[in-house]
Amino acid sequence: MEKGTIYEGLVRRGVSRRDFLKFCATTAAVLGLSSSYVPKIAEAMEKKEKPVVVWLHFQDCTGCSESVLRATKPTIGQIVLDVVSLEYHETIMAAAGHQAEKSLHDAIKKYKGKYLVVVEGAIPTKDGGLYCCIGGRAAVDILKEVAKDAAAIIAIGTCATYGGIPAAKPNPTGAVGVRDIIKDKPVINLPGCPLNVENFTATVVYFLTFGKLPKTDNLGRPLFAHGILIHDNCERRGHFDTGEFAKSWGDKGHRLGWCLYELGCKGPFAYHNCPTIRWNDGTSWPVMAGHPCVACSEPKFWDANAPFYAGLQNKDSFFAKASKIGLGAMAVAGLTKKENKE
Amino acid sequence: MARLVIDPVTRIEGHLRCEAVVADGKVKDAYSSCTMWRGIEVIMKGRDPREAWVFVQRLCGVCTTVHAIASIRAVEDALKIKVPRNADLIRNLIMANQCVQDHVIHFYHLHALDWVDVVSALKADPAKTSELAKTISPWPNNSTTYFKAVQDKLKAFVERGQLGIFSNGYWGHPAYNLPPEANLMAVAHYLEALDWQKEVIKMMAMLGAKNPHPQTFLVGGMAIPIDPESQNAINAGTIAALNKYADMAIEFVEKVYIPDLLAVASFYKDWAKYGGNVNFLACGEYPEANGKMWLPAGIIKNKNLKEIYPVDHKKIQEYITRSYYKYSKGENAGLHPWDGETTPNYTGPKPPYEYLNVDGKYSWGKAPRYEDLPMEVGPLARVLVAYASGHKEVKEAVDMVMKKLGVGPEALFSTLGRTAARGIIALVTAYKTKDFINELAANIKKGDYTIANTEKWDPKTWPAEAKGMGWHDAPRGALSHYIVIKNKKIENYQMVVPSTWNLSPRDNKGVRGPVEEALVNTPVADSKQPLELLRTIHSFDPCMACGMHIVEVKEE
Ligand code: SF4
Ligand code: SF4
Repeated sequence: MEKGTIYEGLVRRGVSRRDFLKFCATTAAVLGLSSSYVPKIAEAMEKKEKPVVVWLHFQDCTGCSESVLRATKPTIGQIVLDVVSLEYHETIMAAAGHQAEKSLHDAIKKYKGKYLVVVEGAIPTKDGGLYCCIGGRAAVDILKEVAKDAAAIIAIGTCATYGGIPAAKPNPTGAVGVRDIIKDKPVINLPGCPLNVENFTATVVYFLTFGKLPKTDNLGRPLFAHGILIHDNCERRGHFDTGEFAKSWGDKGHRLGWCLYELGCKGPFAYHNCPTIRWNDGTSWPVMAGHPCVACSEPKFWDANAPFYAGLQNKDSFFAKASKIGLGAMAVAGLTKKENKE
Repeated sequence: MARLVIDPVTRIEGHLRCEAVVADGKVKDAYSSCTMWRGIEVIMKGRDPREAWVFVQRLCGVCTTVHAIASIRAVEDALKIKVPRNADLIRNLIMANQCVQDHVIHFYHLHALDWVDVVSALKADPAKTSELAKTISPWPNNSTTYFKAVQDKLKAFVERGQLGIFSNGYWGHPAYNLPPEANLMAVAHYLEALDWQKEVIKMMAMLGAKNPHPQTFLVGGMAIPIDPESQNAINAGTIAALNKYADMAIEFVEKVYIPDLLAVASFYKDWAKYGGNVNFLACGEYPEANGKMWLPAGIIKNKNLKEIYPVDHKKIQEYITRSYYKYSKGENAGLHPWDGETTPNYTGPKPPYEYLNVDGKYSWGKAPRYEDLPMEVGPLARVLVAYASGHKEVKEAVDMVMKKLGVGPEALFSTLGRTAARGIIALVTAYKTKDFINELAANIKKGDYTIANTEKWDPKTWPAEAKGMGWHDAPRGALSHYIVIKNKKIENYQMVVPSTWNLSPRDNKGVRGPVEEALVNTPVADSKQPLELLRTIHSFDPCMACGMHIVEVKEE
């Protein structure tokens, strides 16, 4: 069957050539690619068929889908109508019950070997996986079946990537992430609680442009989004280096945008691009709004980084010592720079 | 007799299964089942109460914020913390923004396709569509050219043969009543609402750092500072932006949502006969400066609008007779959330299965009861309680909607009434948002920059033991969180959420939950295409990830 290209779709929806190129440029920027890649991205979007996407919800809160609904470049309307062909997505599809099941089975048969699977939510494995059933079947069985003929899998949010909140201690349902179950397919991890839609779009466009998934670190996360510590890109870093810390909610330092380290900020432990892309079309991000980062992009952050409000200065860590001796000098010497490598 | 199964029920949050018995073109009996469990309450045990909100907010990413609010209120109640007015105002703004945005998304993206036939829109005459649209609203996108363009896009989409999210809908079903023109108008607004929702929610993103899952809540107040002299705090620029988003909300609800709701409803007036309930609970919301709630709390029993009872959380009990749990006091015991227990006890069929064993336990949701009665919660409960209490804004809005539809208030007790009530709440809340912004601006002008009460921030100031509960009348209805704190740690955490009330299975006496009850007698034209059931189920706006986590943890 003939399928439209993404560009045609966007034009049909009234997107101008100028806006289209802008979208390609923004995506290149999120991906950390130089502007010389913009024509290549544009070409792929103009020539390549829309990828078919099957979206599975397991032990999730739908926060990641909601995050995708907030997409601005392109908008969600454009994504679901033009950028991808979304064949199955429980939250927005028209069909229900048997008809919905039919959509799923039609898609994986018809686009065998070509479709992308997006997984949102963890997969319970305890007691045969009965803690999450859809259409009378356990999530773990559905995942295996749908993954079998997929081209690649995108695990979104910290639940689908590392088990997330259902896997927090004591993990009552034996929840795990996709990579714990699917071993023979390319699976990319886009963690975050929820995932930031810009990283999702960029991943899909990368796949379309280069025919493969972007480079990842040892946790399966794309380096373009998870290569640098929050702390190293944070707009408050200057205050950290000069030892200016907010000490209490609403105090002078808090109002003036000083470092949130002593209020519990986990930015020094989180590899995520929030400070550069922010959230909701660049509106804000936690540290910008005055609340510490909780490191939601890190596996097991629910246990490893809690209590969230405990300042790291109380912990016996490198940063604790650093904050005592005054970090300015150390930062200058490059001692606090941590890089995330493949 | 036919046994009908809808699983998954789509266009909701989470995993819901519905089984119904159909005979002579009508639903004879119905069972609603939650099919997923994460055990978040079990996970809460032993954690720092100040961060409970970060965890429980993840109960649901659609009604994001609501569990965070109920959680901080529960902890503040336990530790007897009074939050500064500015914090209440910022919270009010976040809640109101969430409420309006959520109701619009529900109407267009989760509910509309039960009433609107997308394929029929292809047959519409764009000129007539424009005429129709102009008679109901002064919205600028009302021209023939505009509707023609939408229709062309839709055509091109259909011609490609890839219907994507619209594939396998019940298109052409005999229960679809709208003329093609009304269908086209609604489809156009379905797409417009998709673009609108991501913009209007920036109010929450500004105050909450991000959406979904905002991250500026705080036990004792808010973590977002106020300082008109700083670029890193709520300042004059923030107030201007808040006003912009508030106006955007009002305009869309006034000129698109309400007119569409009335236009669609006028073709489906027979749905004022189906899907009703008799008992309602609203817990009140939006604290005002005088300490009262702007929308009142109250209980309605047996449809009697003449008598509104006060709400007392101590009268709530949860049953597990038909739920996958066991109680130490036996199968038929009812427990108040503070004394509840959570021991999973799955007795259902082993997956893959075809049918649930509906004669035994069949859901991960418990059955909450108020004075042993099932209660409907949500926009309809909120509207009925406010209307019966003589709430000015709600009364005016209800009267306007009833007059335009040519029906009396008794029509509210139905699927149609529930869907209309959601629009009414969205409208009055959108207006009210402006008051909250003005009050916040006035406080800043007076030099009041307080955002948090930090007296009890340090756990050393806490008593050895404390108990608290927090209400929040969330978009989907009354929500309550219960906490027991012991030695600075969470001893016990429990939530009774809107979908647990509405999607409740049968209780110890075999009494159906509100959705199950509402489904009885629904007409079914074609049991292979149970469109009519979806209308009633969706009118409750189920949110299942929440519904399933009603689990109690107790130190053994
Ligand atoms: S990762 Fe977070 S936002 Fe996404 S589904 Fe899980 S809890 Fe929700
Ligand atoms: S500790 Fe947090 S607020 Fe401070 S500089 Fe690092 S990331 Fe920014």
